Amino acid sequence: MSVAASKSHYQSEEFARRLRGRYAAERNFKIAGVAALALASMMLVVLLTSIVSKGYTAFWQSQIRLEVTLDKAQVEERNFTAILRQAIYAQFPQITDRTGKRTLNELLSSGAPYELEALVKQNPAIVGTTQTIWVRSDDEIDQFVKGYFPRNAPEAERRLNDAKIAAIDTLVAQGSLVQSFNTTLFSAGDSREAEQAGIWGAIVGSMLTLLVTMALSVPIGVAAAVYLEEFAPKNKWTDLIEVNINNLAAVPSIIFGLLGLAVFLGFFGLPRSAPVVGGLVMALMTLPVIIISARVALKSVPPSIREAALGIGASPLQTVTHHVLPLAMPGILTGTIIGMARALGETAPLLMIGMVAFIVDIPHGMTDSATVLPVQIYMWADSPERAFTERTSAAIMVLLGFLIVMNGLAVFLRKKFERRW
Amino acid sequence: MQITVLVLILALLTVSGYQMGRTRAAASVGGRLVELHSVPSYHGFYVALWAGLPALFLFVLWTASEGWLIMRMVMSALPDRLSGGDPQVLNLLKADILNIAHGISTGRDVDPAVTAAAAHYNSLRAISDWSLLAIGASLAVVGLAYGRQHISPNLRARNRVERVVSIALVICSMVAILTTVGIVLSLLFEALRFFTMVSPIDFLFGVHWSPQMAMRADQVGSSGSFGIIPLFSGTLLITVIAMVVAVPVGLMSAIYMSEYANPNVRTWLKPILEILAGIPTVVYGFFAALTMAPFVRSIGHGLGLDVSSESALSAGIVMGVMIIPFVSSLSDDVINAVPQSLRDGSYGLGATKSETIRQVVIPAALPGIVAAVMLAVSRAIGETMIVTMASGLTANLTANPLDAVTTVTTQIATLLVGDQEFDSPKTLSAFGLGLVLFLVTLSLNMVALRVVQKYREKYD
Repeated sequence: MSVAASKSHYQSEEFARRLRGRYAAERNFKIAGVAALALASMMLVVLLTSIVSKGYTAFWQSQIRLEVTLDKAQVEERNFTAILRQAIYAQFPQITDRTGKRTLNELLSSGAPYELEALVKQNPAIVGTTQTIWVRSDDEIDQFVKGYFPRNAPEAERRLNDAKIAAIDTLVAQGSLVQSFNTTLFSAGDSREAEQAGIWGAIVGSMLTLLVTMALSVPIGVAAAVYLEEFAPKNKWTDLIEVNINNLAAVPSIIFGLLGLAVFLGFFGLPRSAPVVGGLVMALMTLPVIIISARVALKSVPPSIREAALGIGASPLQTVTHHVLPLAMPGILTGTIIGMARALGETAPLLMIGMVAFIVDIPHGMTDSATVLPVQIYMWADSPERAFTERTSAAIMVLLGFLIVMNGLAVFLRKKFERRW
Repeated sequence: MQITVLVLILALLTVSGYQMGRTRAAASVGGRLVELHSVPSYHGFYVALWAGLPALFLFVLWTASEGWLIMRMVMSALPDRLSGGDPQVLNLLKADILNIAHGISTGRDVDPAVTAAAAHYNSLRAISDWSLLAIGASLAVVGLAYGRQHISPNLRARNRVERVVSIALVICSMVAILTTVGIVLSLLFEALRFFTMVSPIDFLFGVHWSPQMAMRADQVGSSGSFGIIPLFSGTLLITVIAMVVAVPVGLMSAIYMSEYANPNVRTWLKPILEILAGIPTVVYGFFAALTMAPFVRSIGHGLGLDVSSESALSAGIVMGVMIIPFVSSLSDDVINAVPQSLRDGSYGLGATKSETIRQVVIPAALPGIVAAVMLAVSRAIGETMIVTMASGLTANLTANPLDAVTTVTTQIATLLVGDQEFDSPKTLSAFGLGLVLFLVTLSLNMVALRVVQKYREKYD
């Protein structure tokens, strides 16, 4: 009787409906999980494509070919602007009126005379001769050639008037206006003119800052981890240190900037915008990351190693320096690289200590004014010119490239040296 | 220059001290090393420490106090008409002297006395550098000689060296405490100065924020310009939007990865989230300002809504994307920590996988998930670059996600970027904001860590 009843129960319409409902819920739940991951990956793809599509053209820059006659008198007067102007007028013999000539002047980068001057300084023998040189075009011309300004909009709404477009078309048809690899981007410092702006100054600044960060946070962090993991007695004091480290790891980065501003700049009077201060602030910020990862690495070395070393008469410090540390090194190294990658991408604390200044020169020392790559991105992102948007994206690609290399190295080290005991 | 030379000399002396110590120790027992108390390399380290450490201490003390001392000497030598002013003017004067001394133009007409003071500063600095070089180098040589003298077969070199090293280890581990103390003190000190100008009540409960107004002397501390309520409402709005994006997506990703995905799929999915976590915030900010904001705006226009070009929505969404990996990796850990026996029991009763997850795994992991969300909230509150680049500067007290709002971190960043005087309430208010921000994130973190610790081993 009960068997029959339960059988009918399991075969009842209501049971089947409920089961269908439960399986549907199961399916929907699984779909929700897939959808969440799909959304996350989609955002990543959108982010990367939007940056690459905005910025890949920045790696090329329009150059204009000119036949310059380096007249001796003009060179002595350092009137390189006039030399360039004569050269560009010579390419357009039909244009003689003032407006037309002004249009032609605007084709060239405002930095072109300095470029020419540098060329002459480098090779004084060319004075008095006629040379074929390539100079950068103005950034608007560059953007037009790259197709960012619509050509068929009404003239009043266009950045470039008809005369300029005609001149550009002529140059392109002559083969005198071509795109070539943008070396300026990788060799110059910042500039107000997009075509003369580069990220080399920011890269050097980033490297100097990271050097200071690494020199401070790695030894201090590893020493602190060794102490806490190997020597520290378990008492209130070490508990306090641990709580501190965990909290510091979660303090917003901008607070470290305030600390740097008040202590390093305000109290110790260190120079503003200097990589040494940036490095100090970053070192304090990455210290918890390095301590935590180094402790994990030390913890993964089995106690038998320590016992064996102690057993043959090594002192505790010898045990650590001769055996435990070398075995934990790959893990420590991985954590260090990840910490450095984080420091490389960090912006907010550096804004506080003045690394956001407009700096044209390439920094040469730890106390020179400098900026770093992420801050350069932040500053360029504010510029309204189209050419700067393009360069911002290019700078982001370079920054992401560095980060990928660093993280890839960390993964490689982990894979290669990871040891299971 | 002198400093580089000093560092080189110190390095050289330390290395040669090590060599000397080793050879002398070996020589002192005629090569029969067993008669030594410590192995020769410890004698080497002993001498090297004597050569390096005292000079290093001197170097650190000297460079820490040098700037301050020299500045005092320069200021006291100034003519009375310049040095008599109030502290604010004096600070400006100091900055001018420093700038001229470093060869940076101030862009103003400069008093000849200031130029003279800058020259005085530079000459004092040169004297200081040379004397540091001389004293530091001789201290190192004396230390080296002293340490070398002490070497004998019975010298307990290992014990002494290890003692120094363990003291160094303790000092290194205290840097974390020092940093916290430094943060608290610097924030408190500057914030207290701010609260002497603006009452804390007005600061915490005021509903108007316009620090720019207080730039004019007659308006210093004028009531109502420093109310942080609109900043907090803005921060909260963006945080809520970010959480609405990050928590469901992050949690569902974690659940799928730990419960459904097979190991092969997981090795492909995990890096995607790791890449999202590794992208610098400034890149997210650029994306929010240049891609997300116009996108949100055009969708809003399509729906007939009026969307600000710096809407809280776009900044919040992008911040949510940034936090997804954070939520997902933390929840992944707590979900994996739920013992398999609980799942097996649930399956044994006939529950489907999703029923097991919803009714057994998630309740078991709930404290950890709550802690993860709290940590994520604390991150969202403290995040600076996305909101600085993509949200506005106007302090609107609004709950409309399509409006522009400003946040605490944005204000800190904008108040302190560019030229600033250290004594205006405008600059100091940033430290007041920083203190509040620090306290809020600290308490969130503390509570979250406590929750994790308290419930971590409940099922083991």
